Amino acid sequence: MQIIKDRGIVQDTWKHVEDGDPIPAQGDITVSLARWLDDKATLTAHADLIGVRLAPEDEASALTGDLDKLALVAVQFPKFTDGRGYTTARLLRERMGYRGELRAIGYVLRDQIFYLHRVGFNAFELAAGKSLTDALEGFGDFTVTYQGANPP
Amino acid sequence: MYNYEPQDQRIVEERAAQFRGQVQRRLDGSVIENEFKPLRLQNGLYMQLHAYMLRVAIPYGLLNTKQVRRLAHIARKYDRGYAHFTTRQNIQYNWPQLQDVPAILDELAEVQMHAIQTSGNCIRNTTSDHLAGVAQDELEDPRPYCELIRQWSTFHPEFAFLPRKFKIAVTGAPAHDRAAIRFHDIGVRIVDNAAGERGFEVWVGGGLGRTPHIAKICREYVAYADLLSYLEAIMRVYNRQGRRDNKYKARIKILVNAMGIEAFAAAVDAEWAEIKDSALKLERSEIDRIRVQFAAPEYAPAGDDNLAGLLLGSNRELAHFVRNNLRPHKVPGYTAVMVSLKPKGRPPGDVSDTQLEALADIADTFSQGELVVTHGQNLVLPNVRKQDVAAVHAKLSEWELGTPNIGHLTDSICCPGLDFCNLANARSIPLAMEINERFDAIDYLEDLGPISLKISGCINACGHHHVGDIGILGIDKLGVEAYQLLLGGSPGDDASIGSIVGQAFDADKIVDAVQTVLDVYLANRSSADERFRDTYRRIGKAPFKKALYADH
Repeated sequence: MQIIKDRGIVQDTWKHVEDGDPIPAQGDITVSLARWLDDKATLTAHADLIGVRLAPEDEASALTGDLDKLALVAVQFPKFTDGRGYTTARLLRERMGYRGELRAIGYVLRDQIFYLHRVGFNAFELAAGKSLTDALEGFGDFTVTYQGANPP
Repeated sequence: MYNYEPQDQRIVEERAAQFRGQVQRRLDGSVIENEFKPLRLQNGLYMQLHAYMLRVAIPYGLLNTKQVRRLAHIARKYDRGYAHFTTRQNIQYNWPQLQDVPAILDELAEVQMHAIQTSGNCIRNTTSDHLAGVAQDELEDPRPYCELIRQWSTFHPEFAFLPRKFKIAVTGAPAHDRAAIRFHDIGVRIVDNAAGERGFEVWVGGGLGRTPHIAKICREYVAYADLLSYLEAIMRVYNRQGRRDNKYKARIKILVNAMGIEAFAAAVDAEWAEIKDSALKLERSEIDRIRVQFAAPEYAPAGDDNLAGLLLGSNRELAHFVRNNLRPHKVPGYTAVMVSLKPKGRPPGDVSDTQLEALADIADTFSQGELVVTHGQNLVLPNVRKQDVAAVHAKLSEWELGTPNIGHLTDSICCPGLDFCNLANARSIPLAMEINERFDAIDYLEDLGPISLKISGCINACGHHHVGDIGILGIDKLGVEAYQLLLGGSPGDDASIGSIVGQAFDADKIVDAVQTVLDVYLANRSSADERFRDTYRRIGKAPFKKALYADH
């Protein structure tokens, strides 16, 4: 699968492991916040990279002290109109100093890319069937902004 | 008034271009309606009963005459020759075609206007006192702060998908709130603290709609430099914690009520402590840069006026106009002239293209080229010399704009209702017009004195029926339009929520019911100076109820 990362189209290397599914022996994986908190010790020993998925209701602060162990934080947007993840992103970047990959996943659309990028997301898994090249245009919707920038 | 700097101009132009692309992608099918809906709403584009409706922002209600002429042109070219002023100081077009909207946005951008965030679950147009800048009772002109909030909230990336819409109002007249700050999600009141330092009292959780709430004080004093960080802290608490499972419970008023104001304010304070000293800290130079654009114009010396003579003169229409439609002005010899958009036989708040152009001409000649939209769906000519009042009234009257009924029963507030709106249960415009027809006798209205009548066609309360002396709410009673009557509401410093009197009235009985309410008031008021709401508060609901339901 291809995603947008750092304003380019790249091949995705990550596998999102659902709760209850076995952790594969290798490969870059994400798990839910609950699984991470339950099983941090085992997961930290995983051969390849580890990431955590945050649901809209999950607080960024739940990852306090863990961010240096994570190569990816994925924030879920089950509905693109649920804006809780925008605050989550800003808190991760600005308050908790997270510098790794911050990825929007779920119902992610071209017309939200500009806002998502501005709050600190640098990677985007688009909703099924949506054009990545079209979505790249979204970064250029505006050339000026009123609020301070939050570059990843 | 605020003149766009290059970056402001660029933003509205880029917005028009962005929306052109979005419409294009909607039309070619790459964006489906569910994905398009929030995009068009954040550009003020609603799907109404018969057509699209476009709501154009008028920040804090202020317009220059170039803008007014452009609004007239848009009404003529893209609509049916008229437009409608709303209760939030905006203007609406009822009949645009989707494919024309990008061109309309281009036309608006050329005169420093836009439709950004006039709908959708985001921070809406910041509203204010319609007498801002000229009122005698003002501590400070609130509009520079409104403009600051406008810029901060425009495309704020974190708050584009809030649980629900979000409305902010600012008043600079601490003792005379004309901006209804207690019925906004956030109400900001300019105040001085005990040390005499300028700042803001911040109210939160007010609103009308299905569950009306009077706002509560979230913080008694926020220093001017911390205004935006404090607002951002409130927004962040709301964005994270506001309910998203039920749109009728998603406004901040529900959250504030559920948490309790102390717990809510504490959550805001905790967040605020983290961001207070961030880049959101306001520099004095930044606010001064905006403030200078709102500096008072050069007031030409005013000569002697004859307002006292006009009050007693043979032109009774003009005498009533002088009595009802003028508001005190901070500059001697000047007055603010209220222009009623509630003449008999017209939907409240509607103006035609030619009326708009006439208003622009009048404002250029007599009011330094500015007009203000009010919450009451009227307009203000803010800077008129008292000596010119008769001439202004004569000009206005040529265009059916001289109705001397400001603040009176026929100056009703009214939502579009079932004639336009797909949420409505009942018609509201025809009812307002019928009331206007029935209570036409000017001497009767004068005797009645200032009284507010507010009509909503459904419980969403766009006609603010909860805060009228008399409120009327249209409901659907088993498929038939019916109307509930509420009494005793007030939007201002003595804020109160009207109370339903009893069973709803049929459409052919509601105007009689209003008559009965007025009769009870006139029979019971302690003197001609006792306002309706004071009589109501003194005697209670019972006498009204008795008279209204005597035959039942």
